[in-house]
Amino acid sequence: MARKKEPIWIARELSKCSGCRKCEIACSLFHEKRIWPEASRIRVFMLVPGVEFPHFCAQCEDYPCINACPVKALSVSRETAAVLVNIETCTACGKCIDACPGRIPHMHPREKHVLICDLCNGAPKCVKVCREGEWNVLKKVPRRGQSYKLYARTPEETTRDLAHKMYGEKAEEFL
Amino acid sequence: MILGYAGKFLEVDLSTEKIKGVAFDEHILKDYVGGRGLATKILWDRLGSKWEDIDPLGSENILLFLTGPLTGFFPGGRICISGKSPQSNGVVGSTVGGEFGIELKCAGYDGIIVTGEAEKPVYLSTTDSEVEIRSAAHAWGKDGKQTLTMLTKEGRDLLRTRFPRKGEWKEPSILYIGPAGENKVRTAVVAAKWTHAAGYGGYGAVMGSKKLKAIVVKGTGPLPKVADLRGVERLTQEVCRGAYQIELFRRWGTGASGYDTGAKTSSEPVRNWQEEWHDEKGYGVDKFENRVWIKQFWGDFGCPTTCLKIAIAKAGKFKGAITDNPDYELQAYLGPNLGIFTPEENVFLTSLIDDLGLCGIQTGNVLGFAAELVQRGILTREDMDGLDLRWGDAETFAKLARKMALREGIGGLLAEGTYRVALKLGEMKKKELLPYAVQSKGISIGAHGIRSGKDYPGIISYACSVQGGDHTSTAGLPLGGESELMTIFMDSGIYCMFNGFGISSNLILNFYEAVTGKRLTKQEWVKTKGLRILEMQRALLLLGGPDLKWNAKLHDDNPLRFYEPLSSGPYKGKTVNKTKFEKEKRRYYKAVEWDRNGIPKSEILKKLGLSDVDNTLERLR
Repeated sequence: MARKKEPIWIARELSKCSGCRKCEIACSLFHEKRIWPEASRIRVFMLVPGVEFPHFCAQCEDYPCINACPVKALSVSRETAAVLVNIETCTACGKCIDACPGRIPHMHPREKHVLICDLCNGAPKCVKVCREGEWNVLKKVPRRGQSYKLYARTPEETTRDLAHKMYGEKAEEFL
Repeated sequence: MILGYAGKFLEVDLSTEKIKGVAFDEHILKDYVGGRGLATKILWDRLGSKWEDIDPLGSENILLFLTGPLTGFFPGGRICISGKSPQSNGVVGSTVGGEFGIELKCAGYDGIIVTGEAEKPVYLSTTDSEVEIRSAAHAWGKDGKQTLTMLTKEGRDLLRTRFPRKGEWKEPSILYIGPAGENKVRTAVVAAKWTHAAGYGGYGAVMGSKKLKAIVVKGTGPLPKVADLRGVERLTQEVCRGAYQIELFRRWGTGASGYDTGAKTSSEPVRNWQEEWHDEKGYGVDKFENRVWIKQFWGDFGCPTTCLKIAIAKAGKFKGAITDNPDYELQAYLGPNLGIFTPEENVFLTSLIDDLGLCGIQTGNVLGFAAELVQRGILTREDMDGLDLRWGDAETFAKLARKMALREGIGGLLAEGTYRVALKLGEMKKKELLPYAVQSKGISIGAHGIRSGKDYPGIISYACSVQGGDHTSTAGLPLGGESELMTIFMDSGIYCMFNGFGISSNLILNFYEAVTGKRLTKQEWVKTKGLRILEMQRALLLLGGPDLKWNAKLHDDNPLRFYEPLSSGPYKGKTVNKTKFEKEKRRYYKAVEWDRNGIPKSEILKKLGLSDVDNTLERLR
C-alpha cells in the first residue's frame, strides 16, 4: 500500500561530500532528461579543492523566496513542503535569489525560469544516489520544527566554514 | 551520425590570436575515437612529414586537450593532453582527472587545439562559445594553489559581470601550470584541482613554452545527446555496482600500496631502485589514515570509487602541507625512492611538487638518480650547489625540487629529466651514468618494478611501450588481453582505469555503443583501429628528434638496473633474464608486426591504410 506523502527535508552532512557530483547527474537526468550540471537543482560547488559541497534549497520555515516573488510563481508543495516553481508564470526576474539568505535559486541556463529543488515529489534522486555509494552526505528525514533556514548559506559562507574545518588557518590562503 | 560528441573543436593560434572552430569527419572520429587516438591522428596529419625537426618546446608544436565520447558519461571524468612530448619526442596520451572535459563538452567543444606561441603570458578563457585570450601577467610565477585560487575568483567575477541575473555561479574548470611548466622543465605537469596532474609526456613544459598559464572553461549546456540514454544509465549502474565492491581502491585508495608494493610484491622503488623491498610498517596505509587523512572519499565527476583521500600534515615541521593521500605513485617516488618513510614528510614533498607544477614520478625519479650519484661520490657537494643531499632528508630534496622548478644551478640540469641528465652529466664526468637512470625512452619508469615478477607489469612492459616508462600504458601479450591496445582505447574513450577494473571489455564497448550509436567489436579494435593508433604512435616515437632519437635495437630495452639482482627482501636475487626478455620482445614484435629493427612493417601499414606512414618510415629502414 502506498504510504501517504509527508513533508520531508533533506538532512545534509556537507563535510562528507566527495565531490563526485552524482547528485547533479541524477537531478538533471530526472528533471531535464539530460546530464546537465548547470541545470541541476542541486549544485556541487568547489571554490576550494577538497571543499566540495552540495548547494540546494534549505526549505526555510518562512520561505522568503515565495514572499519575494512579484508574480506568485512560487508555492509550497502541500505534500512535501518543497518550493515549487511555476515555469509558466516565472519571469526569471531573480528577486527570489536576492531574497534567499543562501542565494540558492539559480536561473535555468537555457530557459527563462528559476531552478529550485522540488524534492522530486517526495523521493529525491540526489539522496538515492548519494546513499547508494554510501557517501551519505544526504538523508531524507521527516520535516520537523528545526531551524532549517540556518542551512541557507551562500557558497562563499559555506566554503569558508568547511575550509576552516578542513585546513585550519591555512584555509585563509585559498579564500 | 555519431553521437556523444559536442561536434566541434576549438582551435587557438596563440601567435596570431586567431580563434576558430574545427570539425572532424565522422569516419575520423569512428577510427580514432578521441583523446590519445585522435591526438595521434592530428599530430601525424599536421606534423608527421617534418616530425624530426619539430622542437617539442618550440612554437611549431601543437598542444592538444581532447575529450572522448565517453567523457562525462562513463563514471569518473578525465581529459587527455598530448602533443609532441619533450620527454620521448614521440606522442604521449597523458590523461588527468577532473571536470575540465565535462565542462568543455557542456561549452560545446570536444577539445582544444593550441598552436603557436604567445608573446606574453596569457590564459585562455571560454564561456560556451565566447572565447578570449587574456593576460596572465598577474598569475605568472604563482604556484599551483595560488594560481587556482586566483583564476577561480577571476573566472567567477567575469561570469557574474557578464550574467548578473544568473544567481551564484559555480566555479569554472581550470587546467594550469606551475613555475616548473613556465620554466619549461621537462618533468612539468598540466595540473588540475591542486593535486591532479597529467604528468607523463611533460606537457606542462609545452604549455609553458607557449606562455599559456591556464585554460579556464565554463559550459552551461547539457552534455551532448547520446544514442541510448537508458542504456547509458543502466551501464553506469553496472560500472558503479562493480566499483562499490572494490574495497581496495574505495576504502584505501592506491596509497595502500605504499607499504604493500614494497613489503609484499617487492616492486617499489627504494633509493633509486637499488632495492624494491622495504618493510617499513610506519609507512602503512593505517598511518596515513590515522595521521594525515582529513577526507576519506574524494573524486571527480560521476566517480563511484572516489579513491583520493585528502591529507594534511597537522603538526610538526611540515604543518599545513596539503595534498591527496598521496596516491601510490607519489607515495613511492617521493617516499621510499628517496629513503623517506614517514607520512608527514611524504605529504610535505607531494604538496610541494603539486605547488611547483612538477610530476611526482618523473621528479622523484630524477631526485633519486641525483641522490645515488651523490652516494657514489660522482656528484660532489660543489656540483650540488653546496647542498648535502642524503637519503631520507626531505628538506634537502625539497630545496632541490625548487631549484629544478626554477632551473637554478644544478636544478637547471636536473630539469632535463633523468635520461637527458644521465647523458649530459655522463659527458661532463666522463662516466657511464645510464646504469643509474631508471627510465625508458626518456620517460621514467612508474613505481612498479618487474624483477620480482609479482607485480602487474611484465618484462617487456616498459621496453616495448609506445609511451616508454608510463606504468598506465604497458605493452603485453596477447594483444587482445592486457595489452597496450586496450589502454589506447581507455585513453581515447576516455575513462579512468580505476573505474574500469574488474569489468569486461564487452561492457566498456557496450558503453561506447550506447553513447555513440556505433558498434565496435574487440576484434575490430585489436586488429584494426587500436593497432593503427599503436603503429602511428610507434612511428612517431621512432622518428623522434630533434635532440634525441631512439634506436629500437638499443632502446627497446629495460633500464640496466632491472638486470641487476634484487638486493633484498623475499625475492632477493631475482632479476630479469635477458635471453627470456629478447625472446618475449621478438614475440611481441611479431604480434604487432614490427621488423627485427622494431620498425612497423610495410605490409601492416598498408593494410591499415597508412601508406603515408610507411613512406615516411622508409627514412629509418
